[in-house]
Amino acid sequence: MTDVMAGRSAAGPEPRVTPGEDSKGRRTSPTRGQASRRGQLVAWAFLGPFMAAFLLFVIWPLIHGIYLSLTDQSLTGAGGSFVGLENYSEALSDPVMWSSIGNTVWFTVITTVPLVLLALIMALLVNTGLPGQWLWRLSFFMPFLLASTVISQIWVWIFNPQIGAANDILSAIGIEPIAWLQTAHVDLISIAIATIWWTVGFNFLLYLAALQNIPDLQYEAAAVDGAGRWRQLFSITIPQLGPVTGVILVLQMLASLKLFDQAYQMMEGGSSETSRPIVQYIFEAGFVGYRFGYASAISYIFFVLILIVGIFQMVVLRNRKGNS
Amino acid sequence: MSSTATATRTDDAQVDITPVDVTKVRRTNRMPGERPLGPARILAFIALAFMALLWLLPMLWAIVTSFKTETDAASGGLNLIGPNGVTTQAYEAILAEGNVYVWALNSLWTSAVITLITVSISALAAYAFSRLDFKGSRWIFLAVIASIIVPPQALIIPLYYQMLTFNMVDTYWGLILPQIVMAPIIFILKKFFDAVPVELEDAARVDGAGRLRVFFSVVLPLSRPILGAVSIFVFIQAWNNFLWPFLIINDTTLMTLPVGLQTVLSAYGVQYSQVMAQAVLAALPLVIVFLFYQRQIVKGVATTGFGGQ
Repeated sequence: MTDVMAGRSAAGPEPRVTPGEDSKGRRTSPTRGQASRRGQLVAWAFLGPFMAAFLLFVIWPLIHGIYLSLTDQSLTGAGGSFVGLENYSEALSDPVMWSSIGNTVWFTVITTVPLVLLALIMALLVNTGLPGQWLWRLSFFMPFLLASTVISQIWVWIFNPQIGAANDILSAIGIEPIAWLQTAHVDLISIAIATIWWTVGFNFLLYLAALQNIPDLQYEAAAVDGAGRWRQLFSITIPQLGPVTGVILVLQMLASLKLFDQAYQMMEGGSSETSRPIVQYIFEAGFVGYRFGYASAISYIFFVLILIVGIFQMVVLRNRKGNS
Repeated sequence: MSSTATATRTDDAQVDITPVDVTKVRRTNRMPGERPLGPARILAFIALAFMALLWLLPMLWAIVTSFKTETDAASGGLNLIGPNGVTTQAYEAILAEGNVYVWALNSLWTSAVITLITVSISALAAYAFSRLDFKGSRWIFLAVIASIIVPPQALIIPLYYQMLTFNMVDTYWGLILPQIVMAPIIFILKKFFDAVPVELEDAARVDGAGRLRVFFSVVLPLSRPILGAVSIFVFIQAWNNFLWPFLIINDTTLMTLPVGLQTVLSAYGVQYSQVMAQAVLAALPLVIVFLFYQRQIVKGVATTGFGGQ
């Protein structure tokens, strides 16, 4: 607002004309690097609302979380005295914390590979231009639009040991029924299956967009040189998808590490030692056990895990770019 | 719907329609030097159809079950129509309950408000990062981008504590405010603004328009497509968000759809057709929107998805 007013009132009495601006408040020499005072004000008028929210809801909690993790603060308001690194040393010797991290990492492994491969196969098939484009996109992408609660309800029912479709299919091909969500280790795999079904559409879209950006010219040139369909796939398409695959891998791993919604809902609020992800342990420690200090410490351990994966991937991706 | 079928490269599509057999394998994107209907193509079609069916089945199954009587639903089996026929009992029971409307409405308006605030404040900030120079702009931008790596799940404890001190637990503000900071949006919009020719703005500024006026009358109209794409993305995220609304809201009348449904999942756990009817009702709004705006949504998600890199 201020700038509009300033611009308009420039013709009237406008006493303050800072150096570097002409009488209309325009910046005359942005090249100097010396931003004028009005320039600063205008910039902060644009930035203000976002930065206020950013400081309040990201930076402050990030800092306050560190402080909380060093106290024995309780959700009930009790506690709050400084306990040093006690929460961290307790967490590092807490078997549940470690099993939660193990589950999270295992879940990331068993979802990332199929989520990238299946998405690639789907995108390659759809990109051949077979008829029914909108139907393919609808089928693969639609689940991504559903809320976690909706997909959890559907899959809890599919995995129902007595009447679920999953066991109906198993028995149709002569395999013993399984109590999918009630069996140790199988529970996390069941959650992974539901997750793959739910989110593969997103990666599929990213791949499809990338495929459609490969210029037709390259294929035409290859065809003139006598390269067949398969040859084109392996010498043009797949190499061109390298960078996208890197991005999808990073996004996917970071997404899988943050598992909570569908795991919590499919286990119907309960938890098993072989399916509880780390975010759920933060939730349980903080909101079931009321131990905000301890939950904050686990939050930071989780954050460090994400940081390690993120930085590791950045380094790997950068090296690959450098080599090629 | 047929118009969306041609969203992918279709330049030579109309030239080469071979009305083959019942399967109507129509070529829309023939690669050069390829036979019209090779076995590879048929195989690809079968593979694609199989996968699509696999992906559609769970949803179809939910719909089918929602129209069964409870007895039929509870007896399982892969039949399309139960022995007791098709019924809308489950839907009637749920809608009579009344809460689903309230939750859907809450979801709709809170998601709309979150989208509006997020996109507005992000567009303003992204413009500042792109065009205005101010002290520390580089560092502040770096800090915002670096914050993308911070998982929101790691902030739930201090954020909840903050909401306790602000007295915002169990309020709409407590639900909305922590969701309006989305650093990837800043990144995407800044990239877009960077690509807008400065000359367009300079012309307006020579005419005496201030920065804000230039922003609203020159830059924003140019940015409509990207703002649309970003809005779609933010809205879907807000609509489907579970963890934060689940933590901050306890009052049943303030709940969003995903959170409300979670509470009845346990209550109705054994009434399968009702649970499925709820799932279908909850999915319906976005599915309908998707059917109408498939192209825009697909484009929006693809654009925004890459922005996060």
